[in-house]
Amino acid sequence: MHMIVCIKQVPDASEVKIDPETGTLIRSGVPSIVNPYDSHALEAAVRIKKEQGGRVTAISMGPPQAVEALRRAVAFGVDDAVLLTDRAFAGSDTLATSYVLAQAIRRVEESYGRADLVFCGKEAIDGDTGQVGPGVSTRLGFAQLTYVVEIQEVLPKEGIIRAWRDVGTGRELVEAKLPALLTVTDQINEPHYASLPNMIRAARYEVAHWGKDDIELDLSECGLKGSPTKVAKVFTPKVKVKRDTDFLDEAGGDVKQAAEFLAQRLLDKGVVGGEEVELVGS
Amino acid sequence: MGADEKGSVADYKGVWVFVEHRRGQAAEVSWELLGEGRRLAEELSTDLAAVVCGDGVEELAAEAAMYGADRVYLVDDGALADYSTAPYATAITWLIDKHRPSILLLGATAQGRDLASALATRVGTGLTADCTQLAIEEETGNLLQTRPAFGGNVMATIKCADHRPQMATVRPKVMSMPSRQPGRKGEIVREAPVLEPEDNWTKLLEFIEASGEKEPLDSAEVIVAGGKGMGGADGFDLLEELAGVLGGQVGSSRAPVSAGWVPKDMQVGQTGLTVRPTLYIACGISGAVQHLAGMQRSEVIVAINTDPEAPIFETADFGIVGDVRQVLPVLTEALRDRLTKRGEANG
Repeated sequence: MHMIVCIKQVPDASEVKIDPETGTLIRSGVPSIVNPYDSHALEAAVRIKKEQGGRVTAISMGPPQAVEALRRAVAFGVDDAVLLTDRAFAGSDTLATSYVLAQAIRRVEESYGRADLVFCGKEAIDGDTGQVGPGVSTRLGFAQLTYVVEIQEVLPKEGIIRAWRDVGTGRELVEAKLPALLTVTDQINEPHYASLPNMIRAARYEVAHWGKDDIELDLSECGLKGSPTKVAKVFTPKVKVKRDTDFLDEAGGDVKQAAEFLAQRLLDKGVVGGEEVELVGS
Repeated sequence: MGADEKGSVADYKGVWVFVEHRRGQAAEVSWELLGEGRRLAEELSTDLAAVVCGDGVEELAAEAAMYGADRVYLVDDGALADYSTAPYATAITWLIDKHRPSILLLGATAQGRDLASALATRVGTGLTADCTQLAIEEETGNLLQTRPAFGGNVMATIKCADHRPQMATVRPKVMSMPSRQPGRKGEIVREAPVLEPEDNWTKLLEFIEASGEKEPLDSAEVIVAGGKGMGGADGFDLLEELAGVLGGQVGSSRAPVSAGWVPKDMQVGQTGLTVRPTLYIACGISGAVQHLAGMQRSEVIVAINTDPEAPIFETADFGIVGDVRQVLPVLTEALRDRLTKRGEANG
């Protein structure tokens, strides 16, 4: 099995703060992590390798410091790691990102043969789009399985994978021919801790750096130039609907009495207790 | 994919909405998007069209017209009976190349997101995920697509000026449901793109519907939600009890999810679910912008919080400044009492 995992380095969401004056993101001092869903993608690939043998390559597109995310991937147990970094890639939207990643996967395939499976997280926590995985899949012409929660079986001889997807309204079991691209949710597995030998290997491992000249690229499809979407404005959202609040505790009395008042008001308004009452407008 | 055969931006006209369904059962977000699409089409003085793909789905096409579509592009083909990315993307790419819409909207559901990304990549256009607001830019007629960014702390407005169609996904419940107009007819345009099976088509083997025991949070009529002020996972027991009396569901703001008190699927807000229930009771929730954005369209909002300055009160119809641990048990009992009496009186 030849597997490739696409990962992204993201700011630790719980640490991101907004400058209240300017409404812009305060990036300095925010620690970076491997996008959590991508950790599950790495785990899924490494598990298949353990069970069936094969080779796993992790790739990431980002600034030079994203090399740390790839080092984590090596600690997780991937064989090789490649960082795609170049000014020409900066400002890529999801369409341009999927182009660079797909072209890099083609280059990895030149070294190790056709990929059987490509893994991505279902989305990145800093963008929440979930568009890059399917974009890569489309560009490679692979079968596409998004929101995978369980891999039922991978049959390399038959060239088949069967996996359960979370489709919101339920779960579906889908069969696809290899090669396939899977985007995974956090339900698929519990990422294990890096083993000591892998951690030592990761510390010494030299992550390959590929720039625009190392991959076959049409530069008009990369970076800002290759990105149809442009951010026109960033702003801090305002609450649209201000309402006149009826403070029930001001009707005189303690909070318990206020709770009694509230119960009565909700019934009077007809928002609780039965279908026969008309709903109030807001 | 040269620019010549694709034409220029001006050659693309009309607003399209993809009608999502499972075996003919439509996802409601499709109708919500037809409502929003209607508004955009009117602003652009253009037509609203629905795209219906499936096997034996004429009824769905008629239904789309009743929800406002002027025209329905219908691809009825056995290959489209179950959703699979590749054949659906092939069919709709074919429709886009032929009819050239200016705007294409899809639900930000598992199926809609899966399909939208594949389509945008095939067509080579821009796609904006999870838009919470759509508008037309006056001078250019471009679609202004606003979505939460950076974890929902700020909003970003995205434009796709030089490529068509302008594609966006919108989550369920973000747009209002338009009224269904029985008897309203649209022009049905049957199309038959060639759909020959390819190696990257997937096959559906089994579908297990999510257990009906628990109603999904975003379709609940009553939501009792808790925030940091609940003090811990056990505080949510109080909410469960009140929700039980009201036949509602329990939701959460971001803090209890981050703290691990409750699972992520309970989170209401820009990075969680958008809800618009009849009644939303916010308990111990301060009302960060990202939370308000997910619930401010609720019909009636009640806020209970110890801090009289908490922003949640600004968007509440009823407020109690007090400790949820004191207020909730009394409120629950009072409602149980009154609802039981009323049930007896009616029964």
